[in-house]
Amino acid sequence: MPVTTIDGREVHVDAEGFLTDPSEWDEGLGKTLAAAIGIDLSDEHWKVIRFLREDFATQGETATTRRVQTVGGFPTKQQFELFPKKPAKKMAYVAGLPKPRGCV
Amino acid sequence: MTDAPIVPSFDDEASEGRKLAIICSKGNLDMAYPGLILANAALGEGVETHLFFTFWGFDMITKSRMHDLKFTPVGNTATHMPQGLTPMPGMTAMATRQMKKTIADLGVPDVPEFLEQIVAAGGHLWACRMSADMNRLTEADLYDEVEAIISASDFIELTEGAQLLFI
Repeated sequence: MPVTTIDGREVHVDAEGFLTDPSEWDEGLGKTLAAAIGIDLSDEHWKVIRFLREDFATQGETATTRRVQTVGGFPTKQQFELFPKKPAKKMAYVAGLPKPRGCV
Repeated sequence: MTDAPIVPSFDDEASEGRKLAIICSKGNLDMAYPGLILANAALGEGVETHLFFTFWGFDMITKSRMHDLKFTPVGNTATHMPQGLTPMPGMTAMATRQMKKTIADLGVPDVPEFLEQIVAAGGHLWACRMSADMNRLTEADLYDEVEAIISASDFIELTEGAQLLFI
């Protein structure tokens, strides 16, 4: 498992760069991860990221865009606006979580 | 340990110009889902996606029918039921109920809601002109988010360069 240095600290990531240990994440790191993929985090982004973190903590799985809408209450359209093109992967990356495994 | 941080390449530009066209020609509940799931997945990868509803697939976008698609085990050996039992009264209703429940339990939306999600994700819905004429249906009879009733040639034209799935 590769180790990479982000924001001056070592974190474990998979081959693509997604964090493999969610406990290595904190909001400061989230900000850096977002900047690395060209996203400047607003309050709206943070609401989504915090939902993903909380949901992962109870479910043990990264929420899909469907779940972010139905359980988190963030409409699909808004997810695409906040995390353009590939919302599911980008949200997971910034939140320090694995890519969602669900199809929908 | 590497020097440059490993950051996923989301490669947004790579999906730029990639298009997917999905022709939905079936009106059974089980055959409605493959197109919807793939469309949703493609949109989530930043791919421009068009769905064309034709023949029996028209049921997926017809207001009076889209909530009521059915699944039948008749003639479907993959259900592994004794085929002689499948045409029994009530069997289709039971199989439909069961399938709807299984899908809902996975958190996957029903057909109308799935279409809504696809449109919210930027997908395009088109209705087939000949199917509309055959069924004597107009845009007023169709799901509101259907962009237009178009001819086969219109669809071919607007999906130039697209990858195509016929379902």
